[in-house]
Amino acid sequence: MLDNLSLLTLAPVLNIQLLLDGLFIGAIFALAAYGLALVWGVMSVKNLCQGEYVIMGGYCAWYLGTLGLHPILALPIAIILMFGFGWGIYVTIIRRVVDKDMFVSLLATFGLAIVIQQALNLIFGPEVQVANSGFAIRSFFGGMVTVADIKFISFLLCCLLATGVVLFMKRSRMGQAIRATAQDARAAKVMGIDTDRVYAFTYALNAAICGAAGVMISMIWVIQPFYGVTHSIRSFVIVVAAGLGNLPGVIMAAFGISLAEQFGGFVFGAELQQFIVVALLLLVLIVRQVQMGRHRQALQ
Amino acid sequence: MKFHKSELFGYGTLLTIGILGPLLFPAYTSQIAVLWIMVLFAQTWDAMGGQMGYNSLGNILFFGSGMYISAIVQIGLFYDVGVYTSAFGGDDAQFTSAQYYIGIFSGIGAAAVGSAILAASLGWVVFGLRGPYFAIGTLGMAIAAGELIGTWDWVGGGGGIALPVFPGSGDGKSQFFYWLCFLAAAMTFVFFRWLYTTRFGLAVNAIRDDEDKAEAMGLHTLRHKTVAWSISAFFLGISGALFGNMTGFIEPLEVAFPTITFGIFMVAMSLLGGKGTLWGPVLGAILFHVIKEATWTWFLGWQWIALGTIIIVNIVFFQQGIIGWMQEKWPEMFGIEVDSTAAEETTGRAGQ
Amino acid sequence: MTTLIEVENVSKSFGGVVANNKISISVPEGKITGLIGPNGSGKTTLFNSIVGYHPIDSGSIRFKGQEISKLRVQQIARLGMLRTFQQTRIYAKMNCVNNMLISVPHRNATFTDMFRPYSKENLERAEHMLEFVGLYQKRKLPSGDLSFGQQKLLEFAMALMNQPELLLLDEPTAGINPTLINGLIDRLKRANTEFGITLFVIEHNMRVVMNLADSIYCLAHGELLAHGTPDQIQNDQNVIDAYLGAH
Repeated sequence: MLDNLSLLTLAPVLNIQLLLDGLFIGAIFALAAYGLALVWGVMSVKNLCQGEYVIMGGYCAWYLGTLGLHPILALPIAIILMFGFGWGIYVTIIRRVVDKDMFVSLLATFGLAIVIQQALNLIFGPEVQVANSGFAIRSFFGGMVTVADIKFISFLLCCLLATGVVLFMKRSRMGQAIRATAQDARAAKVMGIDTDRVYAFTYALNAAICGAAGVMISMIWVIQPFYGVTHSIRSFVIVVAAGLGNLPGVIMAAFGISLAEQFGGFVFGAELQQFIVVALLLLVLIVRQVQMGRHRQALQ
Repeated sequence: MKFHKSELFGYGTLLTIGILGPLLFPAYTSQIAVLWIMVLFAQTWDAMGGQMGYNSLGNILFFGSGMYISAIVQIGLFYDVGVYTSAFGGDDAQFTSAQYYIGIFSGIGAAAVGSAILAASLGWVVFGLRGPYFAIGTLGMAIAAGELIGTWDWVGGGGGIALPVFPGSGDGKSQFFYWLCFLAAAMTFVFFRWLYTTRFGLAVNAIRDDEDKAEAMGLHTLRHKTVAWSISAFFLGISGALFGNMTGFIEPLEVAFPTITFGIFMVAMSLLGGKGTLWGPVLGAILFHVIKEATWTWFLGWQWIALGTIIIVNIVFFQQGIIGWMQEKWPEMFGIEVDSTAAEETTGRAGQ
Repeated sequence: MTTLIEVENVSKSFGGVVANNKISISVPEGKITGLIGPNGSGKTTLFNSIVGYHPIDSGSIRFKGQEISKLRVQQIARLGMLRTFQQTRIYAKMNCVNNMLISVPHRNATFTDMFRPYSKENLERAEHMLEFVGLYQKRKLPSGDLSFGQQKLLEFAMALMNQPELLLLDEPTAGINPTLINGLIDRLKRANTEFGITLFVIEHNMRVVMNLADSIYCLAHGELLAHGTPDQIQNDQNVIDAYLGAH
């Protein structure tokens, strides 16, 4: 471990590689976390199958790749498919648990996560997959830093998607309805907003965002049926660290967690990378508790 | 101790299953042993979740800790653990009968006490959290434990440890562990039955119903939370030690800290039977185990999906569980009084 | 006459809003002290600061000479200062007797006390208190099934069960049928005279507070406006202006 650490100081170029990878992947994390913040803020549902939606999107892309099509075409397909899937899940499950106590909705989404994981495992098998995008790989600094073109493209797409969603929330009728419901659901209902529809749309939108994130994850990283839990935890860490409604905070936290994973994985070894995510979770929760403790409250 | 009529019925059923089960169906001895482990799981989870309102998704942490502590003691009493594990699971080491029995009983004891101490020392990480934060925080702890142990080569890392082999026949082993599991589950039940009659029972219910109010009344909430968790950890540690030895080979993520299988079963079983009740978790565990075995037989290939769907249906449509449902239909049977004079009440109405 | 609570120059702001601005009050032992003021005057903020619900920005709060502004809610409660809630909080799923039993004092509760059963004395006292507030008939019902007024009485009984030295009441007559208010006032007075409990009461109902309190503090716009006996307060021009809105 110390050797890896000294390597970073001796060859500063390596830092750039890790930094870039952290940035590109972090953008995707930010996207998924934004979706979670949306559902959390509007419906108070802590969606524990967030990661599974991401993986599902990833498999869309991978599957398209096996059919001979370019995985990037999966982006619009995954968005539409996942939107529909999310709507369906809302109508069958989420609608019934929205107004119950929070543990019920948490457990329901976790149960759903397990079903989806196992279904994916059954359909696609337990191997780790990558959707081959076949773009060029550039190298900088005399071959020490390599960046696949697809990573730049993915970053760009993330920014585009994020901008799109933010504009949608600000300008469109539905976006306004969503924000109104988030602030005060009862008042919104009294004003004539169909809160049920708003909830369905929000949940479906979140699924779509995750699906899109998944497409990109499959191209610039890896997917596997059981990797969803880690993605869910990542989104959760980001939202807790940044706080709801704090978009710049979400972006920074997402980059933070991604960089921590990249550097940590390099210094401590790849097998501890998953541990880093949970360690960050516990760290964020402890810090929040201490903060709330100063205000003589508990984190709830 | 006072015994209600329907309680005696319950005890009778459990004893019948417990004693006659392995005699009538010797081939299923191991499965019924696992059933008792499930009963223990459900009870320990419910003490935290149903009775105290602290729904943990990571109680499996203590199952795993018990398993590993026991393994370390069982091996460590007689051999160097590091050397043992580096020999790829240690198939070279032999244990005499005496060594085995000393090892396993010391191991179970250490697992129980060690897990309880672990819970007490880790309470500070999660007890400032409530609701979903507590749930996800505990889940994180369980996953973290699994990942960490996987990198610790002294205990075999990701490769796991092979536990000492039972000095006897396969049947003998099944019988031995069967009775230990049954005993563990029975002990757990007797203990919780007593505990819920003391002040502790009422206190944790108060924490569940309104923790802020309990705090405002001066209740030592942190003390109660830590003790409840430690008690659960104690019994979970025992179950981990037993299960590890029954399996013979333990591995961090699949066997010791299986968050998405056993970890969730704990919750599902209590919910199915009725959380917050004494018999609910027991009933739920038995039913769940039977359903699980059935789905494994008839839905092989799809079993996880079938089971997961059953869990979701339970959560969405039937949260109160069986005992909860019964309490709503026949409250008097459970000692809950219903106000039959509500319609005639005129004082205190205050127009509300 | 000792002072149970000494609030000295306490200030508290929320964001840009100054809710309490250098407020100093003292609550004497054995008496009933009232806190009044129009909406937005900072009564609830002051109340919450005293009971430990949030930290204060500056100043000091002492209970029997001990600084409590940094203590947590449970610690303050165990010192002998309890509060009731405006929305009336009880343990809805338990029956009334259990609500009472769980409210025994936890001041000196040791580790092993957790595992003892409740004694006969506890039960007798619980039933006695329930009788005091007129809920004895309903003692076996789940407390969530009681009417709002009955729940308020239960909460009051639970507070008495805890044997506090000081009881802070947050609008105890809010939402109560006018015909029952006299009964509540009567019980509050008896709690003070018979059980020796000091009371500190926020109230909007003028009739109640003038009838009940020995001395009254009036807040307005986050500052202390006036302090005196009910007669003095009723005739204080500043107080009248504050309530009628003259600036």
